[in-house]
Amino acid sequence: MAITTQGGVKVGAQIGRSVPRLEGREKVTGRAEYTHTMRLPGMLYAKVFRSTVAHGRIKGIDTGAAKKLPGVLYVVTIDDVRKVISDPYYGPAFHDQPILADGKVRFVGEPVAAVLSADPHVADEAVQLITADYEELPAVYDELSALASKTCVHDRLKPAGTFADLKHLKGAKDTNLALDYGLRRGDVDKAFATASHVFEHEFRTQKVLHLSFEPHATIGDYKDSGVTLYTASQGPSFVRTEIARLLGWPENKVRVKVPFLGSGYGSKLYIKLEALALALSMIARRPVKVALTFEEMFYQITKHPCTFRIKSGVDNDGKVIARKCEVFWNGGAYADIGPRVTQKSGLTASGPYDIENVSVDSYAVYTNMTPAGALRGFGVPQLAWAYESHTDMIARALKMDPVLFRKKNILREGRSHPTGTIVRDAAVEKVLDRLADRMSWSQPLNRGTGTVRRGRGLAISIKAVITPTTSVAIVNVSADGSVALHCGTIDMGQGSDTAMAQIVGEVLNVPAESVHVVQRDTDVTPYDMGTLGSRSLFHMGHAVRRAAEDARDKLEALAREVGEPEGSNIPVPALFVKRYGMQAGNIIGTGIFKPDYVPPAAATGLSENVTAFWMVSGAGAEVGVDIETGHVKVDKLVSVLDIGKSINPKVVDTQISGAALMQLGFTMFEKMHLDGGQVINASLADYKIPGFHDVPGAMENLTVDTFQSNGPFGAKGVGEVATFCVSPAIANAIDDAVDIRLMDLPLNPETVLRALRAKAGKPLEDA
Amino acid sequence: MSSTRTISFSLNGALVTADVKPHHNLVELLQTHFGLNGARESCGQGLCGCCTVIVNGRAVSGCLYLAQFVDGADVTTIESLDADGKLSPEQEAFIETGAFQCGYCTPGFILMIGQLLDEHPDPDDDLIKHYLSGNLCRCATYPQVIEAVKLAARKRKGN
Repeated sequence: MAITTQGGVKVGAQIGRSVPRLEGREKVTGRAEYTHTMRLPGMLYAKVFRSTVAHGRIKGIDTGAAKKLPGVLYVVTIDDVRKVISDPYYGPAFHDQPILADGKVRFVGEPVAAVLSADPHVADEAVQLITADYEELPAVYDELSALASKTCVHDRLKPAGTFADLKHLKGAKDTNLALDYGLRRGDVDKAFATASHVFEHEFRTQKVLHLSFEPHATIGDYKDSGVTLYTASQGPSFVRTEIARLLGWPENKVRVKVPFLGSGYGSKLYIKLEALALALSMIARRPVKVALTFEEMFYQITKHPCTFRIKSGVDNDGKVIARKCEVFWNGGAYADIGPRVTQKSGLTASGPYDIENVSVDSYAVYTNMTPAGALRGFGVPQLAWAYESHTDMIARALKMDPVLFRKKNILREGRSHPTGTIVRDAAVEKVLDRLADRMSWSQPLNRGTGTVRRGRGLAISIKAVITPTTSVAIVNVSADGSVALHCGTIDMGQGSDTAMAQIVGEVLNVPAESVHVVQRDTDVTPYDMGTLGSRSLFHMGHAVRRAAEDARDKLEALAREVGEPEGSNIPVPALFVKRYGMQAGNIIGTGIFKPDYVPPAAATGLSENVTAFWMVSGAGAEVGVDIETGHVKVDKLVSVLDIGKSINPKVVDTQISGAALMQLGFTMFEKMHLDGGQVINASLADYKIPGFHDVPGAMENLTVDTFQSNGPFGAKGVGEVATFCVSPAIANAIDDAVDIRLMDLPLNPETVLRALRAKAGKPLEDA
Repeated sequence: MSSTRTISFSLNGALVTADVKPHHNLVELLQTHFGLNGARESCGQGLCGCCTVIVNGRAVSGCLYLAQFVDGADVTTIESLDADGKLSPEQEAFIETGAFQCGYCTPGFILMIGQLLDEHPDPDDDLIKHYLSGNLCRCATYPQVIEAVKLAARKRKGN
């Protein structure tokens, strides 16, 4: 049956078409609404008083002067919060984070008190009048020393049990270890004993952060009959569940609305300001807005710094026969989603290689710093930094070409990944070949002149998508044939609304441009686990496709019901009129998707089905290193991704270059400098991010020709995939240029110059 | 707190008045008095460009520009560009080249590019990068913005 919508116009294929973003007009006219610039009638502004010590017992908080300031309505501490929410602790993995500091502070910048006023400047001034008295406690900052320390960030661990794959977390005392994931395949010790060569290295990454230009913001609007939250969130379904839990209410009394998001990159996942906004609105019984300043983002959430000890045994032919990985994730003072980063990235810590004997230990560690969460890659960029630097170091030591060494060891289709899952639709070899080709690897490189020495390097990686997760979608066909899509995926700039509309259009044979994607509102948009980890196009894409197919089937059933002959191409509006006698009624299609999954076995960490799909990427860099200044210029940056079928090639291109450039900042210069737990460069003046002049002279954003056989229309995720390999590709290129090996990020001029001078036997003095 | 003063100025072609305090900045003034949210405060230091507003024909950082300083001035915001329902060449070019992702910084870029093309109708890559170096995009759509500037330049010339 060929029911036609859009007045019977047959529309071409929607998949693979560079449809301009649906929300483009609102964004270029400045009319797109973001939570940070929203105001509600009668709304109060909250400003937060924050801890100045990294670890301490609160002896007293003096709010007297603040309360006396004209215009101040409330000064709130945890004692006030407890009167409205009896157990005021939240978090996705652990219920470890208090809405305001409760007896103790665990990092500099932790919220201790909040001031409410109708004038945000008054609230700001009042915050300056609050004082707190702390009994300072020893603090732990480094992930390795925190594991060994007697100083514990938390007295007792409080696992939440929200997620299926974190169910095995158990509470514990006297430890900073929030999760250890282990993988055991074969016998690494035996293999190391027989290996011809054994290599062991330790790599580190620094503390960096997302810095979305729209800082975190939430407006809480509590009423006894129900609560509405307007929030800059990547996961409104989770917010709803968590807020309902805090209130002891059913979810249907909690409404979470998400306007446009001034991006997220992982910083706005799970629950951030929502619990505080709720509590303050309950106390004031008015809408309350909590909106961070740029500086305050440095005290909200960051990426995980990490230490990675990696050891490989290699036989005489250059085949890696054993690999041992120990990864220590610096999670900061509250677990946030760190345990999930620890486990999920731990799965692929041994890289995109076919290795018989593998041992992985991945540890989530509490420290007295700003909490760490997911940042565009869920831990994989930190891992790839280590294992792909290590890979080049081995190739160099064995005097093998880095591409040939990789070719000898990569995971190929149908082979068993170290987790025990058979590799399907992971184009590791295609990515490597395309990368080598685009880097003209077989041709000699211009090695530079004068003080500038040139080199090139590359890297490849693999990631398992967060599994298992669920998405639900609704497609609503109105009586005039127009189509609306209800889905909880947050379009924070990645173009998901446009891609989802293309999927609906493909199934219902309407132009993607005509599909309305309903603004996210948990009252009308069904459940989605969250917009994270490049999961949405695959999971929500399936749910959307199924919802559209369900609507199509129901339209066909309606046609049969009203007596249309088989094969009728009656326009949809005529169908509704025939059934209801006028332009009336709806067709509602629904779709649900949750992939199959086998959880890793407790003893070995192995699973025959650990991921819904694999993400694969590679990066190549050509650099010039100034040997007098240590300055590194990236002349060329090539990204090659396996993303299956591209739904919208233009959006894909922008996602690849955006992710690669973001990682370029994390690679070359971004770093939060800390002193006694205090961030000393918490501003855009002191914490630099990539600008126009940091864009490499040549950038190539490429995909290989693949089709994800279990993906919606052959597609899979792309948002974070181009971040994975940038750091090691550049470090490998620097080594190729000037024969220095850098083990810590970032690769800034000071780091490079110190290494150059150390190599020349003339080390620089410590700063 | 400090005393309020009444100022008058031209806002997107209309004469307006507002009561402001000495510490209010231009972004606040536009958002709270006039519901114009296209200029947004992000870094708060005049370094990112998200708060760009045109005052007397020149782009300024609205987060550092005190509201009282626009008394008697001519103020133009992003919301004026499509006043007749038609997008400007820069706005069209941004959509066609996909030169934005989250869109938070986009109005600032578009206003700055308008000023760039007024002064330099045919800029090359180096000039574009130099002129726009005060606008940052955390989504890093810089390559697409350069494309958009060139497309807008062609659109302005009517081809």
